[in-house]
Amino acid sequence: MARKILKKSAAKKVAAKRSAAGKVVARASNGQGSQHAVEQFLYRQAEILDAKRWQDYIDLFTDDAMYWMPPEPSHTTWDGMPAIFAEDKNLMNVRMRRVMHPDAWSQRPLWGTNHVVGNVIIEKEAANGDVMVRSRFHMLEVRRDDVRHFAGRYLHHLKKTKDGYRIKLQRVDMTNAQAAYDYVLQVWV
Amino acid sequence: MLHERIPDLAKYVEPDRVRKEVYTDPAIFELEMERIHERVWVYCGHVSQVPKTGDYLTVQIGRQPMVMVRAKDGKVNVLYNRCPHRGAMVCGDHRGNSGEFFRCSYHAWTFEHDGRLRNIPMMESGYTGTRWGRDNPDCGMKRAARVENYRGFVFASLAADGPTLSEFLGRSKVAFDDICDRSPEGEVEAVPNCFRVIQKGNWKIFLENQLDALHPSVTHQSTGRAAREVELAIEKKTGKAPLAYHMLSAFATVTIDKWDAFQTLNYPYGHCILTGYMGLRPQDPDTLEYERVLAKAYGEKRKEEILSTNIHHVLIYPGLSVQSPLQQLRAVRPLGPDRTLTEIWHFRLKGAPEPIYRRALAYYNLVNSPSTMINADDLENFWRCQQGLTSQGGDWVSFHRHHGRDIDRGDYLETGANMGTSEAPMRNQMKAWAQFMTAEK
Repeated sequence: MARKILKKSAAKKVAAKRSAAGKVVARASNGQGSQHAVEQFLYRQAEILDAKRWQDYIDLFTDDAMYWMPPEPSHTTWDGMPAIFAEDKNLMNVRMRRVMHPDAWSQRPLWGTNHVVGNVIIEKEAANGDVMVRSRFHMLEVRRDDVRHFAGRYLHHLKKTKDGYRIKLQRVDMTNAQAAYDYVLQVWV
Repeated sequence: MLHERIPDLAKYVEPDRVRKEVYTDPAIFELEMERIHERVWVYCGHVSQVPKTGDYLTVQIGRQPMVMVRAKDGKVNVLYNRCPHRGAMVCGDHRGNSGEFFRCSYHAWTFEHDGRLRNIPMMESGYTGTRWGRDNPDCGMKRAARVENYRGFVFASLAADGPTLSEFLGRSKVAFDDICDRSPEGEVEAVPNCFRVIQKGNWKIFLENQLDALHPSVTHQSTGRAAREVELAIEKKTGKAPLAYHMLSAFATVTIDKWDAFQTLNYPYGHCILTGYMGLRPQDPDTLEYERVLAKAYGEKRKEEILSTNIHHVLIYPGLSVQSPLQQLRAVRPLGPDRTLTEIWHFRLKGAPEPIYRRALAYYNLVNSPSTMINADDLENFWRCQQGLTSQGGDWVSFHRHHGRDIDRGDYLETGANMGTSEAPMRNQMKAWAQFMTAEK
């Protein structure tokens, strides 16, 4: 037992060293450092979504943010266009409050998602540290006895703040956006 | 055979209740397709969706894959989407342009946009002396028996006989009048986007829900309340919340007694109207500007008539749910007894100021898109109904609410005062259903 605890604390020390090393690298080479930080951010966003930590999810966005899922890839703006999602923080708040309401009947059955994010490519990085990053995702959803699979591209405009990155825009181009929806999308993808 | 299995269909429907098999029995579903959907006028699409020669849109009428196409002469035709050679579907996409003529992908048979055969490869060497050839009308793509449009909304009937489109629609035509008249040019344009959502329930469950004025405050209370909370917070901060929040919060703030103050009007062939207007005529600068544009086009009196059209929802049986004040519709395509596809479109009022379109768009995105916070709970209920109806726990579906209190106006039934939540629309739909299903031809 004691050995195990010892091992754990040793592992922690190693992890701390690693993260310190990471910080050093970030300072030494900006590009590589933000690649790592951006990836970590995207992975954490996916994890928060799968954990249904709705408020934490919304908090990842800036106050003037937009979560946008166009129905087709040719769209260049949500403004005045049909959209599957075009939600500012207020609308995201409505969605969160709905799913948390005890009488949201469709939330009763067991359901969960699993997001995997990859192919993370930093498209642009500004001098102030803001980045535009492209990535790909796969999402598997289980609801009652049904399994659905969604996949597509993310485009994040990330703002660098003292608390880490915050999302100014998240564009989601789902490969199956045009396919018929067997039931609806209850929350963000 | 079906007719033997279901010897007395009329017994499945009583004025105030319906047998559960009507929603679950595959044999009844097949018979519905034959006697209702493949016989009556079914909505195909809007003329603006096929503006150029060769533009097409594929659409399902009952069990029949069809294609709506713009021909060289400007006419919009509806054909069976099937090559007469080996039966291959000619148009494989939801929409597209076929060019000057249709060409089958399998053996290159070609057809005019009215279905007539244009050419068969090796027509002379291969077909001379056979029964198949240019002079045989069966060598073309078969046409829908009848195609008509009302104010640009195209319907087809696969039966040669029956009421005209105008007779069939009757007073439900107001759906299209209300949509079009709200444009200063009297015309609308379909926005080229279709949301397609599948419901795991019988097609009739969806139609019955559309005019069920009791369900919103129960089914949609979670979304209504959530939207109301945020709406109030925004109002506190900035004084005014966007109209979109009202569209959602109304599901909570319009209480059952207010829904009761609305009315349903129930017409022949199963069509019904729910009156009530979700406060979409505010006195903000955008609305006032729009009213000026309308008054200029129609005059003050006519403008008032148009804007006071008191409609929340029009249901055109057996497959179209229209929300005319917000220029959108949902077309119902039954896929099986327990699966139903809805195709959801919205329209732009030609000549109306942009902010008015934005209202229709907000409702389309928030309520009718695949991320809908409203229909999410409807679809859950439809699934639960479909599951429950397969059980042996009971034989009937009840439509008793305010039964016996409807007012007979001769050619239609009206719900009495403060009975807006009456189940009259369901009774009316099932009455039409029984008439269609038991009609000999």
